[in-house]
Amino acid sequence: MEETNPDPNPGESTQAVFTLNYPRIQIPFEITLWVLLASFAKIGFHIYHKITIWVPESCLLISIGLIVGGIMHSVHEKPPAVLTSNVFFLYMLPSIVLDSGYFMPTRPFFENFGTVLWFAIVGTLWNSIGIGISLFAICQIEAFGVQDINLEENLLFASIISAVEPVAVLTVFEDISVHEHLYIVVFGECLFNDAVTVVLYNLFNHVAAIEVVEAGDVFLDIGWFFVVGLGGTFFGILFGFVAAFTTRFTGKVREIEPLIIFLYSYLAYLIAELFTISSIMAIVTCALTMKYYVEENVSQPSCTTIRHVIKMVGSVSETLIFFFLGVVTITTEHEWNWGYILFTLLFALIWRGLGILVLTQIINPFRTIPLNFKDQFGLAYGGLRGAVSFALAFTLPDSIGRKKLFITGTIAVIIFTVFIQGITIRPLLKLMNVRKTNRNLETINVEIHKRLMEHTVAGIEDLCGQWSHYYWKDKFMKFNNRIIRKILVRDNRPESSIVALYKKLELQNAMEILDQMSGDISAAPSLISLHEDRKNSPKPRKKFLSSDVANMHELLSKNMYKIRQRTLSYTNKHALPNDITAREILMRRHTSLRRSFRAGSLHGTNAAKMSQKYFSLPMRQSLHSGFPSRRLGHTGDGDTESEIDYPSNRPTIRHPHRPSSTAGMPLRPLDTLKNAASSVNTVNEQNNVQRGNRRSHLSSRRTFRFRNYSDEDSEGEDQKSRSSPHAWVQEPQNSSEVQHPLIGRPHWLPQKPQ
Amino acid sequence: MGSFQSLPDDHQYRTLSQKTGFSLDQIAILHNRFKQLSQNEETLRRDDLKTIQDLESNPIRSEIIEAFFDRRNFQKDGVGSVEEIGFEEFLTIMSYFRAPPHHITEEQREEMRRAKLRFLFNMHDTDNDGTITLEEYRHVVEELLSRSGALGRETAKGIADAAMLEVASISVGHMAPDEFYEGITFEHFLKILKGIEIETRMHIRFLNMDTTVLCK
Repeated sequence: MEETNPDPNPGESTQAVFTLNYPRIQIPFEITLWVLLASFAKIGFHIYHKITIWVPESCLLISIGLIVGGIMHSVHEKPPAVLTSNVFFLYMLPSIVLDSGYFMPTRPFFENFGTVLWFAIVGTLWNSIGIGISLFAICQIEAFGVQDINLEENLLFASIISAVEPVAVLTVFEDISVHEHLYIVVFGECLFNDAVTVVLYNLFNHVAAIEVVEAGDVFLDIGWFFVVGLGGTFFGILFGFVAAFTTRFTGKVREIEPLIIFLYSYLAYLIAELFTISSIMAIVTCALTMKYYVEENVSQPSCTTIRHVIKMVGSVSETLIFFFLGVVTITTEHEWNWGYILFTLLFALIWRGLGILVLTQIINPFRTIPLNFKDQFGLAYGGLRGAVSFALAFTLPDSIGRKKLFITGTIAVIIFTVFIQGITIRPLLKLMNVRKTNRNLETINVEIHKRLMEHTVAGIEDLCGQWSHYYWKDKFMKFNNRIIRKILVRDNRPESSIVALYKKLELQNAMEILDQMSGDISAAPSLISLHEDRKNSPKPRKKFLSSDVANMHELLSKNMYKIRQRTLSYTNKHALPNDITAREILMRRHTSLRRSFRAGSLHGTNAAKMSQKYFSLPMRQSLHSGFPSRRLGHTGDGDTESEIDYPSNRPTIRHPHRPSSTAGMPLRPLDTLKNAASSVNTVNEQNNVQRGNRRSHLSSRRTFRFRNYSDEDSEGEDQKSRSSPHAWVQEPQNSSEVQHPLIGRPHWLPQKPQ
Repeated sequence: MGSFQSLPDDHQYRTLSQKTGFSLDQIAILHNRFKQLSQNEETLRRDDLKTIQDLESNPIRSEIIEAFFDRRNFQKDGVGSVEEIGFEEFLTIMSYFRAPPHHITEEQREEMRRAKLRFLFNMHDTDNDGTITLEEYRHVVEELLSRSGALGRETAKGIADAAMLEVASISVGHMAPDEFYEGITFEHFLKILKGIEIETRMHIRFLNMDTTVLCK
């Protein structure tokens, strides 16, 4: 495009068609490139699966960083000065910490609460002060030439060194299925250790700047330490509650729900920074408090988004820092001092080991499951340093004389621990046969009995007046249910979530049937088509089984302690918790479908009537002849309804005057489960294929049924008469004699516990 | 130590201590609590236990109370239940919940496990026939889930059914078409709960401090 006006700028004659305006986009562009590079690195690692097992990701990232650094160094390019103190503390650290805090498994955490805090706070203090003082002692030795470092600076350095980084260790733990409580102790310790380290860092930074330290200052500092920690916690809880409260009203504006979460957490962090109290504690407690209530209020997509974004941002920050570490190692000038650095390494290892040993001895008597030596070794050896240490060192103020030495020392310690300890920890732990979690314990019986034991113990404790943490847990849950949930949770019907869960499963089944029956809901299946359907094997239901069992777990846990566990107890640091979310998505989809069903007011009566004809006795079912006729007319008894559905499934023992189980909502939740369960069984057996199909028909009949319960009541008599020729529909009156047919017909190859 | 109406014999305490493994201090404290519950009488009745307020909200309250009066738990080879118990029986029941000492042999640990599991088994098996039938199991599950009223018996039944199925599959494996699973025997019970660390889960840290003033 030619310029027609007189040229204001004599140098330029034409307006070029293309201009390169690099400086304008430079900063975002470079950041994007770096992040992209780091992401490519991450993708690259997982191409060859075995690598990530043997070499922790942090190692790989540092290596890539080293390579890139080498390249940059050889072309005499300096790395972008992105990692400033502000960038780190205001953007990267909150993401990392929020990631850890949000995915902290709450129940094990609270069970091990004391231990975690003990190791985090006292352990870090022990490490910092120990390393600091020993280094100071080393400094006095003339030979090393580091006499100019005074005590405060040593302490500062020591506090940087004691920040532990759990990522690599947790991946290894997860991989070899280490026992839950060890996992949570390491996880929790690292998280709170970050908080303590940052506090100490600020403290010593501040102290190092002052020329003269007085005794009074020291006491003030100790007091300040506590104020900082507790203040942070308080702010976090406050913001957590406010966030939960806000989400109560976001029913109509689902899109901004994730935003609310992030904003509040970040706000908690920033406000805590404003008052210079522990921002890490604030954001962690905010996340912990918030998670429980928020996940009940927000929609499923929001929930997924929240988790995904938190994971993503946290992982990106961490990746960037490690990457940067690699680059910086090559490109900056180092100040190497053999004595100082080697002794730092030595002391870091020694003090950590000693610390764990001593602290465990003190805390073991208070623990239900004491930590044995192998656990302690795992804890001590798993103390890798990482991102936080590096960032803290890198952002030391320039007033520290020996800044370069500190940076070099930190990098040396990090590289040593990450590479050597990170790579060897896996074989070592396997060799030592560290106490593992027994993953086979996911049977219903075990779950029931665990709860039974907890209740029993709680009861006996009440009885004999000796309290322990069950008492507090009970009290808190009562308070929670009575007061807090009413305020914060939008739809405060705790039971209904479980009810809804099972209804969704029912619906799920119904959907399956619909798919099989070519989508025609209201048409009554003819005998022929039923027969044909029998011939085809139903869709493999295997995928439901573990979810059923897990659903039962959810049910049990939610009921017995009303703790809502949305996250798995183990969470891979680099991945999202996957199992439950997938199921929940399925379920929520079905709920919405169900709502649309209800609006459509199906006339399922016909279908119900018709399909009841096909309730013939399954083969080999001999137990149920001669049952007295069932009483559908039993007033308001939703339970009766279900009794007829699966007489072979249903316990034939019937309690005569059972009141309606829910307030107006006939509920037959587990029929679906057993439906699916039995269907799985039957799928396994070739000749029982038809049973599976029949069950699905039954459930569809049932789902229509309960919506049209009132209609059917009047038809009760008809159905009764109709059903009498089909002996199995009825139930026995004598309760005690006939055992549960499910038990009595074990040829169904009861499934192995998952 | 509080003032008792009749000071128990030191010798009596010692025998109890040997029998149940509690320390003398703990026995004294528990005796205090016993007195408090039984309103200073010699024996404890069910009604006394029912008055404990904190126990109200426990879903398996009746099982727990019943366990105290169940002769099978007295380690004297009796069956059936009694109406009232003395302090010795009270203490015996409490001893089921003692924490395992740190250094015990494998056999002793196994013994403790069996004893604790036997206690739980007795809680289930209300009719004393040595097996947990479906009905009994169901009853327990219903009670456990009774806190959330909306669920109702259906769910409980379903869960109990599935649980029995599991036990059947673990203990008996593949059953013939005509076989019938009677109920969970104690051996099967042990088998299915093999994995849990009962010794550590089912124990109370008995304090050496008198907390009776804090109880209601």
